[in-house]
Amino acid sequence: MTIEIESRRSVTDEAGRGVDELVVNIGPSHPSTHGVCRVIAHLDGEVVVKAEPVIGYLHRGIEKMAENRTYLQVVPLTDRLDYVGSMYANWAYCRAVERLADIRVPERAEYIRVIVCELQRIASHMMGVGASGADTGAFTAFVYAFDIRERIVELFELLCGARLTYNYVRPGGVSADLPDGWIEACRAVVRAAPARLRELDDLFFGNYIAAGRMRGIGVLSAEDAVAWGATGPVARGSGVPFDLRKDDPYSVYPRLDFDVPVGESGDAFDRGRVKLFESIESCRIIEQALDQIEAGPVKASGLPRLIRPRPGDAYDHIESARGSLGVYLVSDGSPRPYRMKVRSPAFCNLQLLGRLAVGHTVSDLVVILGSLDPVFGEVDR
Amino acid sequence: MSDLSAIPVPVPADAGSSLEVLREALCSVHPDLCPLFSIEFADSVLMVSRAQLHATAAKLKELGFERFGFVTAVDFGDDFELVYRLQSTRFGVGMSLKTEVPRDEPAIETITDLWPAANWHEREVYDLMGIEFIGHPDLRRILLPDDWVGHPLRKDYHDDDVIPRPDYI
Amino acid sequence: MALVDGFTKGLERMPGGSVILTSMDALADWARGQSLWAMPMGTACCAMELIACSFSRFDFDRLGTFPRPDPRHVDVMILAGTITKKMQPAVKRLYEQMPDPKYVVAMGNCTVSGGIFYYDSYSVVRGADTFLPVDVYIAGCPPRPEALQDGVLRLRELIHTRSLDEERSYERELTLPGPDTPRAGTTDACRGHLLSSPGPDGEDG
Repeated sequence: MTIEIESRRSVTDEAGRGVDELVVNIGPSHPSTHGVCRVIAHLDGEVVVKAEPVIGYLHRGIEKMAENRTYLQVVPLTDRLDYVGSMYANWAYCRAVERLADIRVPERAEYIRVIVCELQRIASHMMGVGASGADTGAFTAFVYAFDIRERIVELFELLCGARLTYNYVRPGGVSADLPDGWIEACRAVVRAAPARLRELDDLFFGNYIAAGRMRGIGVLSAEDAVAWGATGPVARGSGVPFDLRKDDPYSVYPRLDFDVPVGESGDAFDRGRVKLFESIESCRIIEQALDQIEAGPVKASGLPRLIRPRPGDAYDHIESARGSLGVYLVSDGSPRPYRMKVRSPAFCNLQLLGRLAVGHTVSDLVVILGSLDPVFGEVDR
Repeated sequence: MSDLSAIPVPVPADAGSSLEVLREALCSVHPDLCPLFSIEFADSVLMVSRAQLHATAAKLKELGFERFGFVTAVDFGDDFELVYRLQSTRFGVGMSLKTEVPRDEPAIETITDLWPAANWHEREVYDLMGIEFIGHPDLRRILLPDDWVGHPLRKDYHDDDVIPRPDYI
Repeated sequence: MALVDGFTKGLERMPGGSVILTSMDALADWARGQSLWAMPMGTACCAMELIACSFSRFDFDRLGTFPRPDPRHVDVMILAGTITKKMQPAVKRLYEQMPDPKYVVAMGNCTVSGGIFYYDSYSVVRGADTFLPVDVYIAGCPPRPEALQDGVLRLRELIHTRSLDEERSYERELTLPGPDTPRAGTTDACRGHLLSSPGPDGEDG
């Protein structure tokens, strides 16, 4: 619910008394689990007049560090970019390297990549939806969402040994084949997940308190979404049906049948629900990929230990849980990248915070920040 | 084992035709743009001069490149190469718009009037590379602390506090 | 507080008084260790494992550790994630806002020594102990939730076994890092137990 504020009221009110604007600093350490974001909010009473996000508290210089590492050594750095979605962060980088160096990825590796990316998408959305729950006070929703996420993280642990930063998708394929019994374990998780997800939808989004806290909050129009470069659930929640898996298909997605959920009103509620329904669609994708996958190599053959791409540049992108995540690489023929640039969807989406929060209260500001789902490893790099 | 079932580097289904359509459209918009446009690795690149950048970007936006990807800079020694990434739903392709900016005068006109999304991207390029965007509504550092000295992503950036990685490949 | 100090000093002088004080202190330390409210100072990836640790599968609450976002309510600050130069003053200020006695747990390689960002990064603080006194170091990138719980249990042991004469965390002198500040792992000012944890550190490909 947007509260209309008469303009210029922050100078004097109707009785002619001066009303000071209160500047409140929120962050960089705050209970909302989105990470290190600082918001400088100018308030008129409790209503936000201007909100300015200040970022850079997690700027680690990954792009500069990549210039002193070989192409394979950069992969663990990409893990730490979007740390809630290491699998697809690795994948975006590997696609750029493969485009630059003309590496052909075997089919089994592409299927494995799709399976782990979609599993990661579910895990990431559970973090996003759960954090929205925590923001609105529904802590139990957070714990329920994390239960689903734990089962997926357990699968990843069976696959590559790590729970969070996997370093699994490598240029040319994946680092190791699926272990015995993994496909059955994955199938079990993916068969049980949609019911749990629908239960979460019912319990959290079906709750009138969550609806009251999130409906009509942070409404983003479709034109604004396109003009401000929003991608992912943030754009799809506003009715913009842009999904790279459908609009610029890559890997084996053309062979898989799935829908892209699109919201209507562009408020925080729709953004959250888009995430949840995307997770259910991801389960569908994974089941099809598990049916279609065949035996074969998981690494490109004849790949040198040191990848030396020809001089030039290449850009490639994937649809991550936050939007279109792309990596732009410039090579000078040496085994190290000359320049690596990460196009991070969370960075682009976060610009909208200042625009969406105006007219709402401080508690709504937190809800809007949660619905934009930023991950600061990616925003700050 | 051979890669008989390998999937090639993915190219949009009718990439040839949509990129050719794009080339036709560009040439019809402005004949000077034709020779500057190239198709490399199934991706389209348009290289223009610094003075023409804003006008070209405006034309591209009219043509159908409504989505802004990012803007970044690459330090090539005597000049910086600025790369603008645009996406079009009409053509179903993305495009890189490039220009060069000399090192001793790193400034260029802003494009935030065309795409508001460019705001933070230009601030980031200013912060890390030191390129000034003339006309930007709020050009200041974004990722580094406000009192930071220097632009780290430049190749000649020197910082005593950095420990370089030993060269063992 | 002056009244309590006067009382304890008076008690020390009495015959048998120091025994009472020691056992009272031991009781207080035991109680404090059983209920360590933690401030999750989660900046980066380790924060995800910290959250996972607090939830139903690994459950921090059974150890008495409860996450409180406010520094004034907590005993221990768990530093989870890379600390950058921009973030460092904020962390320092939050540490100073914690009431005594306070402890610090450095979780993850980035807080121990800078981790994967030790080389080539211009904006990362190489180790939390360059500006905070760390009690327990937990290695891993990120450490498993079980390793974090083990770290908290070690901290509990530390709290239980400290005697009156030993230097407490809040009595240590904090010096600002300068050119002679020793590197992580070599400093005398911080006493900690270096834990190894089964967590991949993928620095080399």
